[in-house]
Amino acid sequence: MIKEFTGVKREKGLNEIKRKNWGKASALLATFGLALTIFAGCGAENSGDQGKTGDGAAGLSGKITIIGSTSVGPLARSLADSFMEQEKGVSIDIQEIGSTEGIQAVINGTADIGTASRELKDAEKEAGLDVQTIAYDGIAIVVNPANPVADLTSEQIAQIFKGAITNWQELGGVNQEITVVNREAGSGTRGAFQELLELEEKQADGTKRSLLTDQSLVMDSTGAVKATVAANKAAIGYISLGVLDETVKGVKVNGIEPTLQNVKNKTYAIWRPFLMLTPSGELKAEVKAYLDYIKSVEGQRIVETEKFIPVN
Amino acid sequence: MNGGEISCQQKSKFKTSRRSLIEMIIEKSFFISALAAILAIITITLYILTQGIPAIWKIGLGEFALGQVWKPLENQFGIFPMVIASLLGTFGAVVLGGVVGLFTAVFLAEIAPSWLVAIFRPAIALLAGIPSVVYGFFGLVVLVPIIRNTWGGPGNSLLAVIIILAVMILPTVISISETALRAVPSEYREGSLALGASPLKTIFQVLIPAAHSGILAAIVLGTGRAIGETMAVILVAGNTPLLPDSLLDPVRTLTVNIALEMGYAYGLHREALFATGVILFIFIMVLNIIFNLVVNTKEGRCDK
Amino acid sequence: MSKKRRRVQEKILELLVWLCSFFTLGILVWILLYILMQGIPHISWEFLTTSYRGESKGIFPMVLATIYVILLSLAVAAPIGICAAVYLTEYAQTGRLVQIIRFATESLAGIPSIIYGLFGFVFFVSALKLKFSLLAGSFTLSIMVLPSIIRTTEEALRAVPSTYREGSLALGATKLWTIIRVILPCAIPGVLTGIILSIGRIVGETAVLIFTAGTAIQGLDVALNDSSRTLSVHLYMLAKEGLSLQETFATAAILIIIVAVINFLAGRLAANLQKGTTSL
Repeated sequence: MIKEFTGVKREKGLNEIKRKNWGKASALLATFGLALTIFAGCGAENSGDQGKTGDGAAGLSGKITIIGSTSVGPLARSLADSFMEQEKGVSIDIQEIGSTEGIQAVINGTADIGTASRELKDAEKEAGLDVQTIAYDGIAIVVNPANPVADLTSEQIAQIFKGAITNWQELGGVNQEITVVNREAGSGTRGAFQELLELEEKQADGTKRSLLTDQSLVMDSTGAVKATVAANKAAIGYISLGVLDETVKGVKVNGIEPTLQNVKNKTYAIWRPFLMLTPSGELKAEVKAYLDYIKSVEGQRIVETEKFIPVN
Repeated sequence: MNGGEISCQQKSKFKTSRRSLIEMIIEKSFFISALAAILAIITITLYILTQGIPAIWKIGLGEFALGQVWKPLENQFGIFPMVIASLLGTFGAVVLGGVVGLFTAVFLAEIAPSWLVAIFRPAIALLAGIPSVVYGFFGLVVLVPIIRNTWGGPGNSLLAVIIILAVMILPTVISISETALRAVPSEYREGSLALGASPLKTIFQVLIPAAHSGILAAIVLGTGRAIGETMAVILVAGNTPLLPDSLLDPVRTLTVNIALEMGYAYGLHREALFATGVILFIFIMVLNIIFNLVVNTKEGRCDK
Repeated sequence: MSKKRRRVQEKILELLVWLCSFFTLGILVWILLYILMQGIPHISWEFLTTSYRGESKGIFPMVLATIYVILLSLAVAAPIGICAAVYLTEYAQTGRLVQIIRFATESLAGIPSIIYGLFGFVFFVSALKLKFSLLAGSFTLSIMVLPSIIRTTEEALRAVPSTYREGSLALGATKLWTIIRVILPCAIPGVLTGIILSIGRIVGETAVLIFTAGTAIQGLDVALNDSSRTLSVHLYMLAKEGLSLQETFATAAILIIIVAVINFLAGRLAANLQKGTTSL
């Protein structure tokens, strides 16, 4: 049954085999090296075409490095894309590695612009950065579409996330334990959620203690929260309004539907600002142009198309 | 095995001085490569240690490793629940993945016909290349609901972690074990069969012990992968920083803890996260020591 | 032990072996089908050849970036790893040194990649001033896969029967000649296994690259010193944003297809090299 037994392979001369193997190995190495050179060459050649340092319509050129929040990222990208279409000489690199990293990067000069989806902490404010709000983002409380509960008061929401209400039955739903889904502690979305629903209390030494229940699941992104709630009938979580779709259901808060309209007219009260931070003082021409573009009518129109709320 | 150079040879007969120069250069470059590799390894190790050890000093090793409350923003840095989660998760994954992987390797190396192997092997290599995020989402959308509907609990649980990790280390365990099994000289097989042992007995009592070095390497590499895995675990584990009461409770592993908080941590919090890395490092070292002890006792038995 | 009981035991073992194998195959098929069925419908020519700017949601720069990273990381890690392993198995006189190295490499295997990423950020991006770039990302990745390449090469070298070595040396060849002409060629299939596994790891890596190569999106002219997402990073960002499940699955499908192609090519090579040798 052991197959080694069923066929005795002819043993070729040792030298013959080694030569063949070496031939193959060298061929592989050569292709490797060739491929590497070709690709590197390709890259170098083409970079001339796209006019990275050419001149655009208004003659601006240069590279802008933006580092910051993953929530603000997609919006910053859309704005950058249309900006770059107008100013062909400018290239914008956006690194989405987190609000805190972004703020730090601007402070120590690694980035031209930092983005954040939360307010600055006191320690960060001391660095004296220039803060501009480029948009607002609503936060929707979501449950599974199959969940009969569709309307909650902010008090009830607070109780759920504090762990005081633990069964959907207490809210008029089915008899099932509530699965609370939170974001991680550094999330701008969570920070705003906590603050607006008064789920934190100030301590004697100035730090804020979170009142969110320990028993919740913790997910590291909007996408993960959405996927969890969409797959679990007993789950409840909070996500950015901009990504709300039919896979989850946004509950009404105090009778108000979570829509862009309602955030605009201030009836829906749960939202947070998207910030762009720059060092104080004179900015590079292209950086200033980009920021002006964002605050212009055209820029704000893009904000609306991306399902965020413009600043006005 | 490490054959030294035979002194009484006709080296001088064949070599010209130029050839010996080239040879010396090549041998030196082997040495330099080894140095470079060692240097890289040392640098990374130093980085982890220098970033993490200060925190362990400041917090206190007992407080840190055995403390049960992790609330960094309130200056509480106990990682015990995470330690347990990592331990149980890795152990379960290695047992499940190791056994399934080893048996599959046996199948591929000794039992399967070559057409099946030709399908199987690329399939397993493919499994190795699937990014962890994909495993994670698959786990979240398919595995977690199954666990929830069959056994209860939120679904995101220690069990989900074990299963996903086991699947993820399968390719490593299978491919390296298979190589090791195939490397066993056919004399072992032939001898055993000639002595009247059944094929299965041959496999389990002769071949596997003979290949134990490679199989062990497979398991150790697999364990390393399981312990260090983050992306997939984040999506299926639930990430509650509490001690689990059962397989169905959500857990948070050490790696997930680092990934969740590194983005915004600063000061002592950040150092504490690096310290978690140090703990992981120590874990694996301990595991290695244990494995090596097991190997050495086996080695004694193996001198047939 | 009675013959009958032994036979039953063996039957059970055999059953287990078959079960495990098909469990493995089954899981793979399940995952593959799940992703491919959801993702392939959304793949189009535009998807593959344009960039992710403005209206178009193409992934070409990401594919290019992935290929660059794989080639560069391996170009650095494979030679160093293989040569280092040769030194450690064939030359290093003291078993002590080898043991320590092996110990260190195995311990490093479990370090979460986010720490490699942070190291890469501090060392390559900031200190060596490579800035966020594919270069920084590749170098960091080489350090990450180095240990496993060394380990698997080591195993492959040790698997070569000592009779080969002894025979060659007895015939008067020098040690170096023996290594290059006899031992290495025999070990190549095993070495290739290690490299294929490393390719898998490189392709699937996200945490390291986010901190070193960044998450920026370039046009069609990605170069090595640009910051760019690879396919995995792009997939990760799409999943995080949760905006479009279809894009996410389509990207995952492409990623899997690319891995399949790479593995296929590498596998053919290994098969060619193994033809004519006895089972090793």
